[in-house]
Amino acid sequence: MLSPALVSLALFLIAPILFVLIYSFWLRTAEGLDVPAFQFGNWMSVATDSYYWLGLYSTFKMSLITTIACAVVGYPTAYFLARIRFGNKALLLFLLFLPFWISYIIRTMAWISVLGKTGAVNTALMSLGLISEPFKMLYNDFSVIMGLVYFLVPYMIINVYVSLDGIDRNLEASARTLGCSPWQTFREVTLPLSLPGLGAGCMLCFVLAAGSYVTPRLLGGPDTLFFPDLIYEAIISQLDWPTGAVLSVILLLSLGLLVAVYNRFMSLSDIYQSFAR
Amino acid sequence: MSATLESRTALWLLGLFSIGVYIFQFAPIVVVMLLSFNASRSGAFPMEGVSLQWYGKLFANESILEAFRTSIILAFGCSLIATVVGVMAAIALVRYQFKGKNAISTLISLPLLVPEVVMGVALLMFLKLLGVYRSFGMLQLGHTVLALPFVVLVVQARLVGLRQNFEEAALSLGANRLQTFREVTLPLISPAILGGFLFAVAISFDNITATLFWKKPGIETVPTKIFAMLRTSISPEINALGTVMIILTILLPLIGGYVVRRFSRGR
Repeated sequence: MLSPALVSLALFLIAPILFVLIYSFWLRTAEGLDVPAFQFGNWMSVATDSYYWLGLYSTFKMSLITTIACAVVGYPTAYFLARIRFGNKALLLFLLFLPFWISYIIRTMAWISVLGKTGAVNTALMSLGLISEPFKMLYNDFSVIMGLVYFLVPYMIINVYVSLDGIDRNLEASARTLGCSPWQTFREVTLPLSLPGLGAGCMLCFVLAAGSYVTPRLLGGPDTLFFPDLIYEAIISQLDWPTGAVLSVILLLSLGLLVAVYNRFMSLSDIYQSFAR
Repeated sequence: MSATLESRTALWLLGLFSIGVYIFQFAPIVVVMLLSFNASRSGAFPMEGVSLQWYGKLFANESILEAFRTSIILAFGCSLIATVVGVMAAIALVRYQFKGKNAISTLISLPLLVPEVVMGVALLMFLKLLGVYRSFGMLQLGHTVLALPFVVLVVQARLVGLRQNFEEAALSLGANRLQTFREVTLPLISPAILGGFLFAVAISFDNITATLFWKKPGIETVPTKIFAMLRTSISPEINALGTVMIILTILLPLIGGYVVRRFSRGR
């Protein structure tokens, strides 16, 4: 029963990824043909090009900012959702996931109409007379981070929510009875117990942010450097597959390392759990 | 007393904050829908009167309709395969005990964590080795792999929640394994199967990054079509298309959720 799934994953996921690694050692001949070989030319030319290092640095920096912003925005919201006793909680959770279903490209594109020169924010501020010149908010790293936080924050909220929701409320009550202030209770009991969810959310946000191509492409400016974009350029635009293979392996390994470190301390299954909800 | 007051204020502040987050999530979508009715040619603010002309232009645009057809065929085709393969895997993972189960679970969920760009590159390179080039077939195959984990997770979640009593009862009453599956298990998990299928449709219909690597130049799905149109400028037509997509993508899970709830209540 398992074999169709395993065969298709082995054939169309595992084997292809391993093949990318192999391809990264292939030789590009003068005629532009890639022939099987084992040499480090592609790796050397990428490693000695500071442009790629800068790209990796900039991608990780922006993904980190995005992840922190998601945690700051998402945690209080998840806490609120987990703690309210009134209202229709199911409806609130459903509403949270509604944008989640809406086409990703549309949600990303929307930010052009929000942040642009004649966008919603600038039009509103100017008609209120608060500013006379439109702010330049679009097509830079700021708008990229905005777009990333926008589509990633529901992932954070649901992961933290699941973990907060699973905490035995008696623990908090006991802490209060024993003399903890509400803040102390949160810091000493609730927060540590919700760390698995927060960790899962952070890792998911970081990995998805660093792997995104469309958001930086649509909302970024000429100076925005994002690693997946470099891969796309190498593979599709320049048809330089060996370089593209090297870049893909670098991205996969650096993110994989992160996942492995995370998995060492916490369980990956926390993440999958939230998907199944 | 002061402590309860303190925590109540805190909850209030959290509530306000959460409302802000909800506005943050919905405002951009509202902006797109609003602008789609803008009579102005620029596709941006200010609003210059209400008009439906962009919807008219949209439905007269043959290349957009073509993209819709491509997307729909692709989504249903790959979801069908992903559902069959995924349901089988989910049943095996929940109902049978065997070695290496955790490793296999992780493997099946892998497409969720591998960056889509890398998956795009990998399948493209590997299939070229086998003599397959960027094409509709490659899209079909790739989307199936992308959608598979979602089907497995949804069906698995439902199976875990399902007690085995029913199946055991059927078996003890003389049904064989196949009969038990067909007459008991399948009807019980059919809402989840439908849910997984719709999930897969949504994943495929929405996919853009990997699609850009796999599609043949010239073939466009709806997201890649929008992406290509955005390279020139935001025309009001895109806002109209966006609104249509918003309504479609909201309707799909709504219908799915309704059907699932209806089925499970009927039992």
